[in-house]
Amino acid sequence: MTGSLKRVSEQIDRGAVERVAKLARLELSDAELDEATTRLAGMMAHFADIDALDLDDVEPMTQPYELVNVLRDDVPLETLDHNEVLAAAPDASDGRFGVPPILGLDL
Amino acid sequence: MSTFQSARSIAASVSTGESSAVDVVSQHLARIEEREEEVHAFNLVLHDEALQSAERVDERIAAGEQVGPLAGVPIALKDNLCTRGIPTTCSSNILDGWRPPYDATVVSRLADAGAVFVGKTNLDEFAMGSSTENSAFGPTRNPLDTSRVPGGSSGGSAAAVAAGFSAMSLGSDTGGSIRQPAALCGVVGVKPTYGAVSRLGLIAFASSLDQIGPFTHDVADAALLLECMAGHDPGDSTSIPKPFPSLSESLDRGVAGLRIGRIVDLPSGADADVVASVDRAFEVLADAGAEIIDVTIPAFTYGLTAYYLIAPAEASSNLARYDGVRFGSRVEAADTNSMYMATRGEGFGPEVKRRIMLGTYALSAGYYDAFYGKALKVRRLMAQDFATAYESVDALVTPASPSVAFPFGSKTSDPLAMYLCDSYTIPSNLIGHPAMSVPFGAGENDLPVGVQVLAPAMGEPTMFAVAAELERSAGGNHV
Repeated sequence: MTGSLKRVSEQIDRGAVERVAKLARLELSDAELDEATTRLAGMMAHFADIDALDLDDVEPMTQPYELVNVLRDDVPLETLDHNEVLAAAPDASDGRFGVPPILGLDL
Repeated sequence: MSTFQSARSIAASVSTGESSAVDVVSQHLARIEEREEEVHAFNLVLHDEALQSAERVDERIAAGEQVGPLAGVPIALKDNLCTRGIPTTCSSNILDGWRPPYDATVVSRLADAGAVFVGKTNLDEFAMGSSTENSAFGPTRNPLDTSRVPGGSSGGSAAAVAAGFSAMSLGSDTGGSIRQPAALCGVVGVKPTYGAVSRLGLIAFASSLDQIGPFTHDVADAALLLECMAGHDPGDSTSIPKPFPSLSESLDRGVAGLRIGRIVDLPSGADADVVASVDRAFEVLADAGAEIIDVTIPAFTYGLTAYYLIAPAEASSNLARYDGVRFGSRVEAADTNSMYMATRGEGFGPEVKRRIMLGTYALSAGYYDAFYGKALKVRRLMAQDFATAYESVDALVTPASPSVAFPFGSKTSDPLAMYLCDSYTIPSNLIGHPAMSVPFGAGENDLPVGVQVLAPAMGEPTMFAVAAELERSAGGNHV
């Protein structure tokens, strides 16, 4: 889709915002969803200033210096201490991170 | 203008045994004791650790060892820089209780140079903000006028230097988060060339924009601190694999023969007092022998839009790691997905949620090309326009912030008004160029104005020459 930001800003509704919150794995209250709907639409309308630019023949720029394939020699190096890393987790046991069930539930 | 002792002077007197690191650090801790309750620059003061490090510095000097160019210098670290075993919060509840298992590269490099860390400084949560009002732990107040903000997001680091709590500090700058608080607190702040300073151990906000940089009392201290931490790091794949240029010779070079650009199509919106200081800066530079040349950078105006699509997009991806599994807090729930949602819903503050939503939206199916893709093309235009300008000039000068320090609460109800604080600083992040703010003149209520000096990638020597000239003519601090 190559639509204008202005047009998109006019289409932002509460349903769209709820879908985005779900994608972002963010539990938002009703008040937060209302606020996000207003704010997102307002920001997109403001950002519509770039609709005026002719960008068809412009190459996207993802980073300041396009370094590619930065590799090091394939030799083992010292790694972080296993116990120290696990000690920082909310739940860990038997040398692993602990999480609630991921199977058998309707996600 | 700052009246505190420079880091160069501290390191020189500690290295020769004229003063002890313990005494220097104690003086700074005493100032913290006296004013921290009012300023709230720190999330954590490393009182005992700092005194122990200072003792070790003194012991090494007594044993005849060369300690390094920052011997005994008290330094504050923005609380998004990892410090092994020491809480690192990003001023967010979601990292509650987290102790990193490693040090950021900059932390190791400064420790090797003899620095003593006095604390972890407050910031807008995950560095998202321009006033430090978005911290989960309460705002930092501007030491020059505590009814006003210190700027942000590195407000704690700027305030720590301005209040004399530390001789230097480190911040991070994704869209102006070093330069704007430096301007508002009347100290020097530098965003180096992207890739000049390792980002290993800097908790990521927007990886293609973030850079670590110094806050100092004067330009020469900023040069010293940058030289101590810059240079290739194999641990950061975006680190420039070339030596960083020396800056010390630039400081007394002057500006004779330099061509300095004035951007005639700069976005409007700067207050009259700020504009007057920038005009005066051009006069001073011309008097010192620089040639002032008018240039145009048409894409400058679109920087804010490009930034507020790109930075939240990168942030929404970087902040996906805070899911209650590997670090920080967790809200328990029956299944993993509900645990993610509840943990993130509770752990992140309003501005972080706002940016994650904006970024997720900009990257979502159907909108990627319209938002993120377009913003990346504007970024290319920005790089091209700057490249054209630099064919005729060596450096550029603009305001760092559109206003002097503003009162608490004056921009919090309108995120867009807050975002406009970054209008003049954002382009340098988008294209990876260095830029710095130098205190120059005063505005409303005698509050400091920061003038921004910009240069092409790895153009720090020229940038520092211009900044040093401005500092000299402003009667700067050369203790």
